[in-house]
Amino acid sequence: MTDKERLLQYCLRQGDTHIIFGYRLGEWCSKAHILEEDIALTNIALDHMGLGNAWLERAASVDSEKRSPDDLAYRRNEREYYNLLLAEQPNGNYANTIARQFLFDVYSVLYYSELLNSADDTLAGIAGKGLKEVRYHYKHSAQWVVRLGDGTVESHKKIQEAIDDMWRFTEELFEMDETDDIIAKSGVGVDVSGLKEAWKTQVSEVLEKATLSLPDHNLSRTGSKTGVHTEHLGHILAEMQYLPRAYPDAQW
Amino acid sequence: MNMNEEELLRNFEEKIDVDQKIEPRDWMPEAYRKHLIRQISQHAHSEVIGMQPEGNWINRAPSLRAKMVLLAKIQDEAGHGLYLYSAAETLGISREEMLDQLHTLKAKYSNIFNYPTLTWADIGAVGWLVDGAAIVNQVSLQRTSYGPYSRGMIRICKEESFHQRQGYEIMAQMAQGTPEQKEMAQDALNRFWWPSMMMFGPHDSNSPNTGNALRWRIKRESNDTLRQRFIDKTVQQANVIGLTIPDPDLKWNEERGHYDFGEINWEEFYAVINGNGPCNKERIDHHKKAHEEGRWVREAALAYAEKQKQETLV
Ligand SMILES: [Fe+2]
Ligand SMILES: [Fe+2]
Repeated sequence: MTDKERLLQYCLRQGDTHIIFGYRLGEWCSKAHILEEDIALTNIALDHMGLGNAWLERAASVDSEKRSPDDLAYRRNEREYYNLLLAEQPNGNYANTIARQFLFDVYSVLYYSELLNSADDTLAGIAGKGLKEVRYHYKHSAQWVVRLGDGTVESHKKIQEAIDDMWRFTEELFEMDETDDIIAKSGVGVDVSGLKEAWKTQVSEVLEKATLSLPDHNLSRTGSKTGVHTEHLGHILAEMQYLPRAYPDAQW
Repeated sequence: MNMNEEELLRNFEEKIDVDQKIEPRDWMPEAYRKHLIRQISQHAHSEVIGMQPEGNWINRAPSLRAKMVLLAKIQDEAGHGLYLYSAAETLGISREEMLDQLHTLKAKYSNIFNYPTLTWADIGAVGWLVDGAAIVNQVSLQRTSYGPYSRGMIRICKEESFHQRQGYEIMAQMAQGTPEQKEMAQDALNRFWWPSMMMFGPHDSNSPNTGNALRWRIKRESNDTLRQRFIDKTVQQANVIGLTIPDPDLKWNEERGHYDFGEINWEEFYAVINGNGPCNKERIDHHKKAHEEGRWVREAALAYAEKQKQETLV
């Protein structure tokens, strides 16, 4: 693999993750429990799309096939997508969504704080803008974890179950393969394996405040680094990509 | 009516006559208050129900930019809804009551959102025509006599003109795109043209609420005046991008300085108002379902807030 191919791969992983989170959060439109929350979720969806777009622009700039960010988003198939499995998990009820976002948001703040120091100016720029956004996302999801955890008996049960379920996809956040290793060592990317302790500490603090407990199972699923996903991704791409695929010559 | 109330009414009408805004704490006739509550809550519901036909295409928006523009637009519309609910609340009705009226079909929302968005071009047509018609109406309402409503309109209009331009941009691009895209664009215009015309309501001669509303300057211009303004500006926009307005009677009238146009299908208009439009049931069912499914979340938030209050008291 050349340097450019490696950077392309690295950018796709981050970009795809944001695009798929954007997709999932966009699905909440007009379905939230109160209008204010509809606005918040759309707003967060929009941030993810903006971040995804920025990462895919960087990816496109080093792509030997000269694909545009839209080509990258709309013309790759299931096995060429590299988003975290966590991102593609269905919205479920509001607790499922909040648990999924919270576990990612804690990670995201840590990740972008590190990426600020990237030797790649574009990526450092993405981190600068992204950090402000993901801090807000974290505040939003952590507050809801606490409200639901320390709310009613029903909400407590729902958010605990949701955390337990989503937990299966968190190991992957800290996984490093050769590409990640080389990108991190060159000072461009982040050594995410080093974020795990801080992540766990912070997650535990919020869960404790929410009167929730850390999951006590060892279930874990990974695979996105090589484009092996859960069954959900295919459905997302089928819907998301349908227009550009059905009318390949059209501009939108 | 005792003397006191007569005086209050005279006072109120004097303010209206010199275009002084009425504010929430001012005395106002019950009929004025009722009319405003009905109109503002209907306006708020329209913004919120309008999120559904547009939200229908978020997952299928064909480019990253298209998706971001659409998400931002829908977020704006939700913001408009919130703002308008607050304006209505200043008149002494709660948001829960308004939502209840929506769910029990006592409150209406704009007919236009009972039409489905079937292709991506419909998202263009909605922005161009529906937001376009809304702007004509809302620019006029910036001068409405009730202060909170007027200020709401001023704030909202800025965003609506963005939406209109972005919708028009989608239409223009499709009208100049592949043959299939052009066909979709024309088809969307065909389906949305007449319902957009209906957004201005019945003819003046047939509009029961217009009299008081104009006298009290809630409404500043009549339905037919506003409709004509919308037609005149939109016909030219259609011509520029090579789309045809689906009205064989549409013709420039040199003498009037306006376009003449064909008769609106009022039977369809009243059928949709009375619940028999393409999506009336779907729209309300969707809103009720989301509201019901969110009940446990609202209860949790409330319970948590109560606990926090208790703790600060201790
Ligand atoms: Fe609006
Ligand atoms: Fe709008």
